[in-house]
Amino acid sequence: MRRVITVTVINQSGVLNRVTGLLMKRQFNIESITVGHSEQPGMSKMTFIVHVEDERKIEQLLKQLQKQIDVIKVNDITDKAIVMRELALVKVVSPPHARSEINSIIEPFRATVIDSGKNVVTYQVTGAPEKIEAFIDLVKPYGIKELSRTGATAFTREIQKVNSPQLSILK
Amino acid sequence: MSAEVQTKQAVMEMTPKSQDEKQNNQPMDGSAVLIQGLKDQGVEVIFGYPGGAVLPIYDALYKDPIPHVLARHEQGAIHAAEGYARVSGKPGVVIATSGPGATNLVTGITDAMMDSLPLVVFTGQVASTVIGTDAFQEADIIGITQPITKHNYQVRDVADLPRIIKEAFHIASTGRRGPVVVDIPKNVATEIFVTEEERDAEVNLPGYQPTTTPNYLQIQKAAEAIRFARKPLILAGAGVLHGQAMEELKTLVETKRIPVTNTLLGLGSIAGHHELFLGMAGMHGTYTANMAISECDLLINVGARFDDRLTGNLQTFAPHAKIIHIDIDPAEIGKNVPTEIPIVADSKEALQALLNQEFHAPDTEEWLAYLRGMQEEAPLWYNVDEHEFLPQEAIQMIHRITEGDAIVTTDVGQHQMWAAQYYSLNNPDFWVTSGGLGTMGFGFPAAIGAQIAKPDERVVAIVGDGGFQMTAQELSLLQEMRIPVKVVILNNGALGMVRQWQETFYDERYSQSLIPVQPDFVKLAEAYDLKGYRITKKEDAEQIFREALLSDEPVLIDCRVKMLENVYPMVAPGKGLQEMIGVKSK
Ligand SMILES: Cc1ncc(C[n+]2csc(CCOP(=O)(O)OP(=O)(O)O)c2C)c(N)n1
Ligand SMILES: [Mg+2]
Repeated sequence: MRRVITVTVINQSGVLNRVTGLLMKRQFNIESITVGHSEQPGMSKMTFIVHVEDERKIEQLLKQLQKQIDVIKVNDITDKAIVMRELALVKVVSPPHARSEINSIIEPFRATVIDSGKNVVTYQVTGAPEKIEAFIDLVKPYGIKELSRTGATAFTREIQKVNSPQLSILK
Repeated sequence: MSAEVQTKQAVMEMTPKSQDEKQNNQPMDGSAVLIQGLKDQGVEVIFGYPGGAVLPIYDALYKDPIPHVLARHEQGAIHAAEGYARVSGKPGVVIATSGPGATNLVTGITDAMMDSLPLVVFTGQVASTVIGTDAFQEADIIGITQPITKHNYQVRDVADLPRIIKEAFHIASTGRRGPVVVDIPKNVATEIFVTEEERDAEVNLPGYQPTTTPNYLQIQKAAEAIRFARKPLILAGAGVLHGQAMEELKTLVETKRIPVTNTLLGLGSIAGHHELFLGMAGMHGTYTANMAISECDLLINVGARFDDRLTGNLQTFAPHAKIIHIDIDPAEIGKNVPTEIPIVADSKEALQALLNQEFHAPDTEEWLAYLRGMQEEAPLWYNVDEHEFLPQEAIQMIHRITEGDAIVTTDVGQHQMWAAQYYSLNNPDFWVTSGGLGTMGFGFPAAIGAQIAKPDERVVAIVGDGGFQMTAQELSLLQEMRIPVKVVILNNGALGMVRQWQETFYDERYSQSLIPVQPDFVKLAEAYDLKGYRITKKEDAEQIFREALLSDEPVLIDCRVKMLENVYPMVAPGKGLQEMIGVKSK
C-alpha cells in the first residue's frame, strides 16, 4: 500500500532527525519526504510517501509519529481528495537537430526550459509524481544527463467527495 | 538507630552543608539555575559521576547541595536511578559528564525506555562553540539517544533552561513514563541567567497531551463483554503499577471473580498469594497461566504490551479470546495482537470507570474450578537433589525468611526467572527487574536505588555470578553510604541461561557459557569492608541465610547452587503458549 502522510511538527532542531529515525527504527519503507515551513510561525509541514504491507502497519506508523513530542498533527490523506505536487529538474541530451522534436512531444507536460547549452536542455516539470514519471519515461530515449526530484508535497482539497473510502482505523 | 534509618542520614550527609547565606543577591548562572530547578521539582537524590564538562554543575551542587550518590561507574548510577524510580514512582535523576560519561549511560537509558521508567538524565556537553568539531570528550549524545529516549533536549540558551527542566520532568513522569535526556553545553552551565520571566516560563508542549481518561463507550463495551464472558482472564502488566491501580485491580478480580495472571514486570500488582492469581505467564510462566490465556474467551489486558516473551507465537496466542486492552500508550494497542475493545487511558482511571458500571459478575465458578484443577495437576516443580543445593530452594528459603515482604531486585538470567516464579510478593512496587531489555548488571545497582527510596524496607538483590560481575564495583557504595542491601549471588559457575539454551537447542555445546575462574566473592566483599558469607552445603543454608538476611548491615552471600539446573516450564522460542515443555505431569 502506498500512503501519503502529512505531519505538522514544531520547527525545532533535531525534529527531522527524530521523525526519519523513527521510520528507520520501525523499518518503514519511505519513497519520499519533503519538509518546509508552514503557514504557522514555528511550525513545519512534512509530507511522506511510504509503502506499507497492511493496515496494521500504517496504524502503527501514525501512532508512533503522533507519539513524538514535537509532532503536533499526523494525517493519512491518501484516500482524501488531495492536491499533490512534485517538482523535477531534468537535464536532457538535446542536440540542435532533436530539440524541436523533444519540445513538441513534451508539450502537454507544460515543462519549462530553465537552462540550455549546446547539447543539453534543463527542464523543470511540476505535477503529481505519476506525471513526473511519465515525463521521465518520455525523454529517457534521448538520454538523461541529470535528474533531481523534490519528492511530493500535498494537502487536502477544500471540497471533499462524500463517503470517500477510508481505512477503518482512520474513521 | 537502625541501619535503615542511618542510610537516609548517610545520603543526606554525603554532600557538604549548604552555606546558610543564600546567594540571592548574586546573579545565577546556568548551573545554579539547574540545581534550583531540581529542588523546585522536589528532587531528593541525584545519582551521578563528575567530569570536565559538568564541573560547573558539580560546583553549583557543592554550594547548594542536593544529596548525591557517587556511583563507581555511570552505568551503576543510572541503574540505581531506575531502581529508585521503580520503587518510589518518582523520576530518577542522573548527571554524567560529556563523551564517555554520557555514552556509559546508554544501556540504562535504553533499559528505562523499554520498561517505561521515569528518568531525567543530565549530560554535560562540550562548549557550544566547539560542538561538531570532534572536541575532547565530545559525543553526539542527542543523536545517540534519539531512538532510546521519550524525548531529548540540547540546551542552546541558558534562558531556556528553567522551562526545559520543567518539561523534562513533566514528560518523564506523565503519560507512558520514560527517560528524558537534557544535554547541557559547558558554556550554558556558566552563562549568567537574567530574567525572572524566563525563570517562570511554564511547560509549553502543544504536541504532548497524553490521554488519561477512558472513552465511555469503550468502557461500556468492556463491561458488557465481561458480563457475558464464561472464561474471562485478566493479564495485569506494569501499567497497573505505574498507574497505581492495584486496589481497583483487586476489586475487579474479587467482585467479578476473574482469575488474574501477570507479566514479568507486572508482578506485585496483585499479591502473589491471592487465591485468584495464577502466577506469571509467558516463556517461563506457569502452565496454568499460559493455558488460561490459550483457553480464555475474554482477555482483559491492563497495562501490558503483549511483549513476545509473554505471547510466544502470535499465531496461536489467545485464539478463542476477545481482547480488551487498556493502555496509556495508544501505539501499544493493536501493535502485536488485534484488539476488539481498545481503551486508551491511565490504568487507574480505566478500572475505576469500569467498576462504576456496576454490572453483574459473570458466572466463572466452573472456569475457576477448572483452573484450580490444573494448578494442582501441574504446579511449578523441581527435583530435589540429595547433595546439591538448588537455586529454587534458595529462593524459597529467602522468601520464607523474609516472609515475602522484602523488596526484591534481580539481574538477568535463570536466577531472575526463578525469583519471578518462587518469590511470591506480598507488596506492590517491591519487584525491580529488567524486563524489556534484559540487562545484565542491572540488579545490584538497582537494589541500591531501591534502598535509598525505601530506607526502612529490606532489600534483597538476587543476582547471578555472571551479571553481578558487570557492576560489582558499586559494592563501594554499600559501605560508604551504609546501605544495607543484601546481595545474594546464586552462583552456578555459569552464564546459566545461555548454558540452558545451549543444552536444549545446541546439543550441549557450552560455547563460552561456563565460568571456570571466578573471584572469591567473600574476599571481594571483605575488600570493600563488607561482611561476606558463603553457602557451600545445603545443610548450612538456612542458618546462614537467616543470619545474613536478617542483619541490619549490608551483606553479600555467595550461594553455591547446582550448575546444571534448568528453568522450567518453558515455551520454546517460536512455539505457542499451549506448547510448554518441562511441565510436571502427575
Ligand atoms: C549485558 C548482557 N549481556 C549478555 C546477555 C545475555 N545473557 C542473558 S542471561 C545470561 C547469563 C547470565 O548469567 P548469570 O548472571 O550467571 O545468571 P544465571 O543465568 O546463571 O542465573 C547472558 C549472558 C544479557 N542479557 N545482558
Ligand atoms: Mg550464573
